[in-house]
Amino acid sequence: MSLATESGRDRARARNGWLLSLPALVLLIVGASGPLLIVVTYSFLKPGEYSGVIWEFSGQAWFQVLFQRDIFDGTLGWADAHLTIFWRSVRLSLLTTAITFAAGLPTAWFIAMQPPDRRAMWLFLITIPFWTNLLIRTFAIMEVIRNEGILNSALMGLGLIDRPVQILYTDTAILIGMAYVYLPLMVLPLYAAIDRFDLRLMEAGYDLYASRMRVLRRIILPIIRPGIVAGSILVFVPSLGAYVTPRLLGGGKNMMIGNFIELQFGQGRNWPLGSALSMVLLAVVMIALLVYVRVAARGDVVR
Amino acid sequence: MAVPDAGTAAADRAGAPARRVARRPGRAFSVTRLPGFGLVAVTVFVLLYAPIATLIVYSFNDAPTISVWGGFSLRWYADAWANQQVKDAALRSLLIASFAAAISTTVATMAALGTTRRGRFPGQTFIYVMINQPLMVPEIVTAVALLIFFAAIKVATGYQGLGYLILAHSAFCVPFAYLPIRARLESMDLSLETAAADLYATPWQTFRRVTLPLMAPGIAAGAMLAFVISLDDVIITEFVKSAGQDTLPTYMLGKLRRAITPEVNAISTALLGLTVLLLTAFFLLTRKRG
Amino acid sequence: MGQRSDGERNVSEPAAVEARDTVKTFGAGEQAVRALDRVSLTIRRGEFFTLLGPSGCGKTTLLRLIAGFESPTAGAILIGGRDVTAEPPNRRPVNTVFQSYALFPHLTVAQNVGFGLEMLGRPMAEVRATVERMLALVKLEAMAGRRPQQLSGGQQQRVALARALAPAPQVLLLDEPLSALDLKLRKEMQGELKRLQHETGITFVFVTHDQEEALTMSDRIGVMSAGRLLQVGPPREIYNRPVNRFVADFIGESNFLPGRVERGAVRLGSGDLVSVPGLPPEGTAVTIAVRPEQVRIGAAGEPGTIAATLTDAVYFGTDTHCHLALADGAEVVARLQSPPSGEIGLAPGARVGLRFAEGAVQVLGD
Repeated sequence: MSLATESGRDRARARNGWLLSLPALVLLIVGASGPLLIVVTYSFLKPGEYSGVIWEFSGQAWFQVLFQRDIFDGTLGWADAHLTIFWRSVRLSLLTTAITFAAGLPTAWFIAMQPPDRRAMWLFLITIPFWTNLLIRTFAIMEVIRNEGILNSALMGLGLIDRPVQILYTDTAILIGMAYVYLPLMVLPLYAAIDRFDLRLMEAGYDLYASRMRVLRRIILPIIRPGIVAGSILVFVPSLGAYVTPRLLGGGKNMMIGNFIELQFGQGRNWPLGSALSMVLLAVVMIALLVYVRVAARGDVVR
Repeated sequence: MAVPDAGTAAADRAGAPARRVARRPGRAFSVTRLPGFGLVAVTVFVLLYAPIATLIVYSFNDAPTISVWGGFSLRWYADAWANQQVKDAALRSLLIASFAAAISTTVATMAALGTTRRGRFPGQTFIYVMINQPLMVPEIVTAVALLIFFAAIKVATGYQGLGYLILAHSAFCVPFAYLPIRARLESMDLSLETAAADLYATPWQTFRRVTLPLMAPGIAAGAMLAFVISLDDVIITEFVKSAGQDTLPTYMLGKLRRAITPEVNAISTALLGLTVLLLTAFFLLTRKRG
Repeated sequence: MGQRSDGERNVSEPAAVEARDTVKTFGAGEQAVRALDRVSLTIRRGEFFTLLGPSGCGKTTLLRLIAGFESPTAGAILIGGRDVTAEPPNRRPVNTVFQSYALFPHLTVAQNVGFGLEMLGRPMAEVRATVERMLALVKLEAMAGRRPQQLSGGQQQRVALARALAPAPQVLLLDEPLSALDLKLRKEMQGELKRLQHETGITFVFVTHDQEEALTMSDRIGVMSAGRLLQVGPPREIYNRPVNRFVADFIGESNFLPGRVERGAVRLGSGDLVSVPGLPPEGTAVTIAVRPEQVRIGAAGEPGTIAATLTDAVYFGTDTHCHLALADGAEVVARLQSPPSGEIGLAPGARVGLRFAEGAVQVLGD
């Protein structure tokens, strides 16, 4: 009897949960998730002459992601241009992650060590740029590093250089821009981890003869590792799929995957290849997220 | 004599009374201080705000190029205001953001009520994953997917209106609206609703008179975030929009690809001001909870 | 040089810990709080020294100054005769057992215990051997591979002890280490701590607010209140010869009776005369203190007794606490051993004569 009502209540709870979530699910399936399945389908079709696709099955797009056939003799080879773009995307994303970590850890630490009533204000200062339009922030960086920008003007004014250094439209520019744009994504999870960190463990470390560097390396970093992993994923994932920042700071030539995908839907006129590339990007991101979930689960055990 | 003459040493020290009275406070050992961290943090804050500050300052520059300072002026704001394209884009941005915020907040509120405070139920994880999906999938991938999907619908129905943008924006705003509402709900005291039920309120009355007023700050916060996120979107809008449907960000993107005039600084500054205003409201709303 | 007395040995051998005119102020300006007010203290080598006082009295602050987690605002800290005031905690030959244990959650029990030796750069073989010995000392050999959070509170406590003892510090600092344990475990650990101190011969500085813990475990006790060190001495001296009302009140229970010196005795408010040796000059206002267990109850009107009325008798099992009112209404509590029947044979309202045991009356300054 009581068992029956229990399971009855369970069922009612599940039904209400689903019913209330239904509008959100429908909206997300129509406006976000569902179309992803169409992309999978398109990646197995043939490109149309100007745009769109011809409804014929083909593995050509997936083949083209990594390989190409020589236009003269038809021999098989690596798609060097594609590999260069992939490598640039991964390299710049990893570097962005490293730079944001190096700058973000002291910043997060600094905020966490503020008196409790002032922490919210510092966090807010980190958050404002985070919510500010990505385009505006990229534009702001553009103004700083352009040849006539304040960075070059300042360096020339100081007499350190006599001609402007070309930073804009290089990989370095993309790197500076992405580090600038994604830094808050590193600081916030690091702050959350440091905030949970028991400072008395530092006292214990010093008490047991550890130097400051060793307290940092042997005690703080291992314990806040879940925050480090979270911050790294949060920076790495959007860096890898970045579109606006490399588009504006890298110019037309220094493409990352995001720009390369766009190209296939524009001048490239190869929707299936663009679709296949999108799926590759999505797969890499999903793998990174899975790694995060696994590490985070392990972090819980340690805590 | 393995041990040195510690006795005399101690006696010497004891003889001279400790004179270390005033010590410089900077020398004192602090457990939580890590060398260089404070310096890096301050540098980070400066570098974070310097480019934005430059952008704002140059929006008031009278000179037509951004490299020289020609005195204070509001001419670029006037230019932007007089530009019909900018005005249209701004209105379109606000319209889309309003719709997207309203729709996403409504469905997110319902979903939050459905997924919190009722124990676990089968499929809950699926719902979480679906709701947070826009946070996980790279925006460029979603943009491409929507481009393909909507292109097909446009061909099939012939409809070219703003509906596509509103639908897309509403969808990717859902997690941003959902998270603060859920946080608010989870921090709410369940016994208040029990008390209402004990005082003869029907479930609907309890919801209207107790639950909804209590979760209102969360809903307002969620709506504000959704509004800001929609207002700032570039990539999905760029891919989904039909001809002549520029929002402020896509208009700016177009401008930035060509010659840059301080007009863009003015638009950026205005948009920045609006964002900061909304975020401050959000900050105050969520802080009151404590 | 022979060891003629403790005092003699003190001069020839540097003290384990010495605090000289130590001041610690937290905050600044109007809100400044003086946590330690010119505290001077010498702790001898090999002794079990307890800092006792209510919470907020500054005892933990003093411990943290010795450990080096805080720097004194003024004054100096010496360890083994060496001035360490300016040295960070990782250069001081002391180790701490933290109130919260502060065990590293990401390391195993063995790694926790070996941490200090590893930081000192000892060879791995030595670290391993010492860890084994320490775990045996606290009877946790079986737990070497576990994580701290997989252990019970008492086991975590013992790991914390082993970790602090492993580097063989000159002084072991213990910050209310037993406060998180339940009563039974606490009693057990008290014995364990005494045993470890005997076996290792290390100087222990123990902080507690529990007077019973202090009395049973210590060689000497320092009683603190409001940032000041009030009295230092062996447990018996602290209990039987408290220097002021605070010490008498904080350690054990006491009856306090105001009076005035008259004809070589103390005239109480009730008019009765109590003779006490070593009194201040005639006419001085004083307070006398008597422990409840030193109050004897006899028949009313017996010569040399003070007339009193029983107002209440509270049964405590082994003891019965008799609340008595003197002629002027002043209250005196007498603690009697309960008779086998549990009934003391007196009803509230009964008139009795009470007497204070020989040498039990203390005259206190304020």
